[in-house]
Amino acid sequence: MASRPRSLGAGAISAGLLALILGPIAAVAFHAGGLSLGAADLAALRFTLLQASLSALISAALAVPVAKALARRRFPGRGLLITLMGAPFLLPVIVAVMGLITVFGQAGWINSLGQSLGLPRISIYGLHGVLIAHVFLNLPLAVRMILQGWLSIPAERFRLGQSLGFTPRDIARHIERPMLAQLLPGVLASIFAICLTSFAVALTLGGGPAATTLELAIYQAIRFEFDLAHAAGLALLQTGLGAVAALLAWQLAGMRAGPGAGLDRPSALMPPTGWRRIADGFWLIFAAAFLLLPLTAMALKGLPGLTALPASVWPAALRSVTVALISAFLTVTLGMILVGAVARGGARWIEFSAVLPLAASGMVLGIGLFLLVRPWIGPAQLALPVTLLVNVLMALPFVYRLLITPARNLEADYGRLAASLGLVGFARIRLLTWPRMAAPIGFSAGLSAALSMGDLGVIALFAAPDQVTLPLLVQHLLGAYRIQAAAGAALVLVALSFALFWLLDAGGRYVQAR
Amino acid sequence: MRPFLAACFLTLPSLALPGLAVAETPVLTVMTYDSFTSEWGPGPAIEKAFEEHCGCDLRFITGGDGAALLARLQLEGASSEADIVLGLDTNLTAQAQASGLFAPHGADPATALPIPYQDPLFLPYDWGWFAFVYDKTRTAMPPEDFRALGDSDLKIVIQDPRSSTPGLGLLMWVKAAYGDQAPDIWAGLSDNILTVTPGWSEAYGLFLEGEADMVLSYSTSPAYHRLAEQDDSKDWVEFAEGHYLQIEVAGLLASSKQPELAREFLTFTQSPAFQSVIPETNWMYPAASQTLPEGFETHRPAKSLLLGADEALEARATALTEWQAALGR
Repeated sequence: MASRPRSLGAGAISAGLLALILGPIAAVAFHAGGLSLGAADLAALRFTLLQASLSALISAALAVPVAKALARRRFPGRGLLITLMGAPFLLPVIVAVMGLITVFGQAGWINSLGQSLGLPRISIYGLHGVLIAHVFLNLPLAVRMILQGWLSIPAERFRLGQSLGFTPRDIARHIERPMLAQLLPGVLASIFAICLTSFAVALTLGGGPAATTLELAIYQAIRFEFDLAHAAGLALLQTGLGAVAALLAWQLAGMRAGPGAGLDRPSALMPPTGWRRIADGFWLIFAAAFLLLPLTAMALKGLPGLTALPASVWPAALRSVTVALISAFLTVTLGMILVGAVARGGARWIEFSAVLPLAASGMVLGIGLFLLVRPWIGPAQLALPVTLLVNVLMALPFVYRLLITPARNLEADYGRLAASLGLVGFARIRLLTWPRMAAPIGFSAGLSAALSMGDLGVIALFAAPDQVTLPLLVQHLLGAYRIQAAAGAALVLVALSFALFWLLDAGGRYVQAR
Repeated sequence: MRPFLAACFLTLPSLALPGLAVAETPVLTVMTYDSFTSEWGPGPAIEKAFEEHCGCDLRFITGGDGAALLARLQLEGASSEADIVLGLDTNLTAQAQASGLFAPHGADPATALPIPYQDPLFLPYDWGWFAFVYDKTRTAMPPEDFRALGDSDLKIVIQDPRSSTPGLGLLMWVKAAYGDQAPDIWAGLSDNILTVTPGWSEAYGLFLEGEADMVLSYSTSPAYHRLAEQDDSKDWVEFAEGHYLQIEVAGLLASSKQPELAREFLTFTQSPAFQSVIPETNWMYPAASQTLPEGFETHRPAKSLLLGADEALEARATALTEWQAALGR
């Protein structure tokens, strides 16, 4: 339609994304001279599919009532709760696992309480433990995405419903369900893809080799057998599963729900009373307890460690924050170009390329990039740039999903007006896009900054000893028996991630509200 | 915009300059595991000591743990920028030798190992016994062999042999002690294993959190708590079968452009300047005769177990299959 050049840009970015995902696999396969899979991979495939599907289904099923309650209830501290509940998603995986174990573990809070009441011990180790952890990590994301869907329904539709005498059930059927039908497939596909690559969580909480995921099988192929063809085969399988999930989501997601643009009045949901009020209260308390208890545990563990922090924590923190900010800027810029093109009816394979990175194998990505860049330049010089690249790649799918709905709404509500006024280029961004999308942009920037902060990722493969980032420092402390200092450094890491996230998120909302 | 660009141009050369300055002196590149070079590992002190008399710049490059180093080396082949690889263990040396990437080190073998060890390609720099570590205040009478451990209702945390060096060590330990009966031992242990972690630090963290009664670690782990934290509550339990050894070795890459300097470093690894740093940074036994720090060792196992490099490589695949079958349920 309107701006062809921009679609071209988006196409180029998508092609670049696909190349970045498939290129490293191809490099590894080329190095090994082929691809291979074995019969034993079937068990890993089965377990991976099982845990990833269940994790996605449970996270999404819990997120719907929680988001609904958050959307229609007003209570003191609501804004803070929404922000805090986002935190688990931003945690480095190993920190999250330790927090969960402090609450749900053998010697954890729940078991200590249960024992003093004479209850039998519960165990977190097994498939259910993996699911608890994956839901803990992904529920916040699901809630935020669905909550955004709720808030993007124009208030006029609820008013119309009210004037027609809609009961809460009618509202659910005619207004909310179409919104969910459009949103949920994408949420499910994203969480499914994230959980496909799970490895540390699945193994630690899975309780043993029965919990072997594809990513662990890739580890085995590389470290144990040095069979790169096998590793490349597994990585392709894993990425393929992510692609299938993305395709399914794309088939299932309905088109834009409901007729008519709104007049941009604040949503005036009349919260229903009676049992629905009690149910909403239950969901809010459940979600807050489930998500905030492990966070509290982690903070309590980390506080004493703050006195034992090494001086090197500050340069590492500065390095991490710098990488996080650059990565957030790049991710949001790329994300805006992509959603702009898709919202204007650009090719839908662009959307596809934005989900795929979630299912990429970190190990194969790292090795592939290593093979690709090594003939040209020493890996140590590239540690930070490559980390940046991978961070952008990993955050882009989330940012895309967060920006696409507001971008579509913006296009549907104001696209014609803007076109008729000849509003294009920078003026369009300044007068239309920025004021109307600052909140989701801020949220996306905060999310990608925090994700980048917590990412250990490929830096471990590339880093030189003088380029330690905060997650790597935590790893070093753990490896040197300094568990307490590691807990302190992890707390600093989480506090900084969260502060970055909050600043950007709140900043965006402030700009949009102005 | 302009001030920003100006700032870029002003700072860029200063970032590049240090790189130019060191090009004058020879650079010796040592590839090693992560924790060796962290500020709590032996790396910083060793770099300082070696640079004092070599007239060179010692540079570390890191990549995960021992097995990851070997994988990276096989990936890079003869074009590796490293001169020395430090941090393989005897479970990996057969594979390393088969890669054909190593050259003879030509140094005298270390003397303080509990069993004789000599290899023309690999020079030991430290070693330790794998052992189960427990908390004396929580477990009064720990089981004293694998069968007793299997019969007990104690919970243990171990590491996955596919992603962790100690995990592989345990696999070899059971194999060396029980041979064909290893599957029975694993079957007996399966209900004692609380969970299997990807690496050592997760397992040890879980143990310290009180999640499990014992953790697979080293007989030297309690020394850390005793010496660095003045905490005498941790100990390791001696198993009647004997204890499997981890011998950590360094090797010279055949592709090194400065074999003289590299050999000088290998000789240096046997000197007191290197060896004295090991006990309280790597928390392992030094490979050369060396007075141990006060309180480092309280007891040592009567018997050491070790599979030869080729035996270990041969046993690996079967041992892993048995392990997976017994614990996979």
